[in-house]
Amino acid sequence: MTFIRPNFRHPELSTNAIGQSIKSYEGALSTLCAGCGHDSISAAIIKSCFDLNLQPHKIAKISGIGCSSKTPTYFLGKAHGFNSVHGRMPSVTTGANMANRDLLYIGVSGDGDTASIGMGQFAHVVRRNLNMVYIVMNNGCYGLTKGQDSATADKGSASKKGVPSVFDSIDLCQLALQLGAGMVARSFSGDKHQLIPLIKAAIRHPGFAFIDVVSPCVTFNNTPASTKGYEWVRDHLEATGTIDFIPAKSEITIDYPPGTSRQVELHDGSELVLQKNAEDYDLSSRKAAMNRIEAVREQQHILTGLIYHNESAADTHGLINTVRQPLNELSQQTLCPGSGVLDSLNESLR
Amino acid sequence: MMNNITATNDFVIRFANVNGSGSASANNLFSKAVFRLGVPVAAKNIFPSNIQGLPTWFEVRISEQGYLGRRGGYDFVVAVNGQTMVRDYQELLPGGYFFYDSSKRLPDTFTREDITLIGIPLTDICNAHYTEPRLRQIFKNIIYVGALAYLFEMDFTVFEDSIKSQFAKKAKLIEPNIKALRLGFDYAEEHHKACCGLNIHRRDLNGDQIMMEGNAAAGLGAVFAGATVAGWYPITPSTSVVEAFEKYCKAYRVDEQSGQNKFAILQAEDELAAIGIVIGASWNGARAFTATSGPGVSLMSEFLGLAYFSEIPVMLMDIQRTGPSTGMPTRTQQSDLLAAAYASHGDTKNVLLFPADPTECFAHTVIGFDLAERLQTPVILMSDLDLGMNVHQCDPINWDDDYTYDRGKVLTEEQLEHLGERWGRYLDVDGDGIPYRTIPGTHPEKGAFFTRGSSHDEYAAYTEDGTVYARGMERLLVKWDTAKTLVPKADVSGQSASVGVIYYGTSAWSADEALETLRTTHDIDAMRIKAFPFGVEVREFIEAHDTLFVIEQNRDAQMKTLLVNELSVDPNQFVEVLNIDGMPITASYLVESINRQLADVQSTVPREA
Repeated sequence: MTFIRPNFRHPELSTNAIGQSIKSYEGALSTLCAGCGHDSISAAIIKSCFDLNLQPHKIAKISGIGCSSKTPTYFLGKAHGFNSVHGRMPSVTTGANMANRDLLYIGVSGDGDTASIGMGQFAHVVRRNLNMVYIVMNNGCYGLTKGQDSATADKGSASKKGVPSVFDSIDLCQLALQLGAGMVARSFSGDKHQLIPLIKAAIRHPGFAFIDVVSPCVTFNNTPASTKGYEWVRDHLEATGTIDFIPAKSEITIDYPPGTSRQVELHDGSELVLQKNAEDYDLSSRKAAMNRIEAVREQQHILTGLIYHNESAADTHGLINTVRQPLNELSQQTLCPGSGVLDSLNESLR
Repeated sequence: MMNNITATNDFVIRFANVNGSGSASANNLFSKAVFRLGVPVAAKNIFPSNIQGLPTWFEVRISEQGYLGRRGGYDFVVAVNGQTMVRDYQELLPGGYFFYDSSKRLPDTFTREDITLIGIPLTDICNAHYTEPRLRQIFKNIIYVGALAYLFEMDFTVFEDSIKSQFAKKAKLIEPNIKALRLGFDYAEEHHKACCGLNIHRRDLNGDQIMMEGNAAAGLGAVFAGATVAGWYPITPSTSVVEAFEKYCKAYRVDEQSGQNKFAILQAEDELAAIGIVIGASWNGARAFTATSGPGVSLMSEFLGLAYFSEIPVMLMDIQRTGPSTGMPTRTQQSDLLAAAYASHGDTKNVLLFPADPTECFAHTVIGFDLAERLQTPVILMSDLDLGMNVHQCDPINWDDDYTYDRGKVLTEEQLEHLGERWGRYLDVDGDGIPYRTIPGTHPEKGAFFTRGSSHDEYAAYTEDGTVYARGMERLLVKWDTAKTLVPKADVSGQSASVGVIYYGTSAWSADEALETLRTTHDIDAMRIKAFPFGVEVREFIEAHDTLFVIEQNRDAQMKTLLVNELSVDPNQFVEVLNIDGMPITASYLVESINRQLADVQSTVPREA
């Protein structure tokens, strides 16, 4: 888009608990198409980090290649960002996380970046339970190369070119579930009331948190015949339940009629409150979650909301038993055995 | 009357075994005993890409003169593999000794009269003394080592001491092993008195040297260099680098109180992920590395280009094997030079280091981490299978406790706080082509930037302005010039001859030996290259000589290509001396080849007075 965002902000713009205004969480002006779903997701990330009082510079945003992977430029300008190579965001994030476990890692990818070229890396970062937020901005097409179908394009769905996809689509939530992700969610870029609490929960989740966000491509895949267009998605959403994120020690309460809601407590004391819908199921059951996705899909609907949640597994650092202190802070004195060990070491080699 | 080969501390013995039969430890016991007798020894394991049942050879060169390269030919063969016995028999040098298991008699076709047969009924001895099949197999190997101890007049106590130290923690294995050695020794003494003209007598020539694999030394180097993150994918012959890193980390890097690790080793899903992990960790301020071989370098190429262009330190160890494609996975070669030097699409150049022995694998790994961080670029240690996987005699590992890591140009929180001018991630403020970088999380307001493999300006912003892009690419060449002054300098010997020899890496052992011979008849200078890009001394050496023999273990003379390409020197100056059979290059081949070509050169190109 070619317009200039004014730098002026209202002097009494409200600040969060660490004294930062929303401006501290914004990034450069987006160059994506006007109306792109991805920009809404960027806005939801900005709002989530603001609300959670995160220090922007303690976040690392890492992406692959594609329209989605451009977005880290458009949020959290005070955070380091890394636009790596196509499909390889997971390994770069893994390395970064190994070096410093204290930062928050937000990985942004697309459906091409994750479900095709990066499928292997996606599978293995889930398997390692890396402590990160993994957001797929899923528009069912390759936007930057002008609209080819991606592997998440539903069979029969047609993009602007009008040719229905002949192949079965890949459901990344099902895949993440099957590979053992601790938190699996799906949302819609057009539903910030659902997306923001999910992003907050993902940030607080102490392990791998996956959010597949259906995010229409207004230029190439927003046709009536596309199952990733605004119209279709709005008409076919089926949420697991209305969702609210309640920070730890918060005064906020939400009143749902008795018996219609339930709390999911997160490890830091914050809570997710879900308003149950008719088809309630056990969110900590992989089998139930898998069944529910399938059941909704059979009705040609898209299951959104928190689909699965289980905090029990250790993250990568826990699994490989690294020290609590970030590895990139360890000094030469700590790391280098020094000449003192060499007499016995050399002797053992004679 | 045949002439038996007679030699003291100067011969080659080949062991022909079946892989997976436990022969490697017996053969190492033998070569270690030679070393412990104070006699220089070079052992090479020639093994198949297989776990069990295929032929494997172990070649030990005993050299009082200290020649540690492969000599070529063998004077004595321990032929205990039926599959290869015919070939082992035929290729034995005239006057040599054929040691075999005489439990079965030799086929009638074995009719050579120019060799000495030494039959020891290994199977019968085993069957008589051991009942368990596995023990019979293992001790059969130990029994032949015992017999060799007698035949070569080796001090038996050295073997006893080796067994005692090897099984210090499994004391009950000491006696049975010594018994097996004794069985072989006694049988040979009884039946083969004074039949072998080859001896290994005690000397004191090894000083404080050690025996180590290059890969173990590189892994240890990474520990000493402060590497904390390793991402890797198993591939022969590099796997033992990371295994050694893990072993030494467990020895030196586990927090005593918590039992937690001050290192993170991740076996990745492939080589792409392995180097992705390294890049992510280096970007985030940790020292990180990976080890691989040729196929892995091919897969890592895209990421290497990212690291080159976005200027992220990478330490990569390429333990080269025979290519192209899968090639011969368990044979050595120096054939990844071009793939590594110019890895990735677009204009790229990567720093290479060429270690020639395990001590240098250690030292170059330490230097490599410094260079990678100082230059903010990939550095590739060009080892190979011969160096990496064989146990080599070399100088001990040394460490200067006053040395501090060079972490390069990284801005601290305080430096960012007091930054006078606008900081640019890719701004060359010092004129050396190396900009300043920041680590994520350092400062709340300053120093954040967006790392990208797409074209960027001095402030890390995306640009499609060709002038800005070109300026960045030109600056990378300024950095390349800086690299030339920082990498290890070539070793140059002699300065007056018109003929020079150029070599690098594992060709050094044989090249040094060949030079001794060649210099008895010719005036020849020599240069061992240790790094790419080439320092000024490399150009000076080339310009000072009319004819340059380039010794390489690849088909296409890849080092020559690099020299011609980077220095714009006349390709006609160079004479290629190449070996590509997957076996380490030999001194005898070098002497023969260079002598022959030297005659050609001198007859066709008259020297000016």
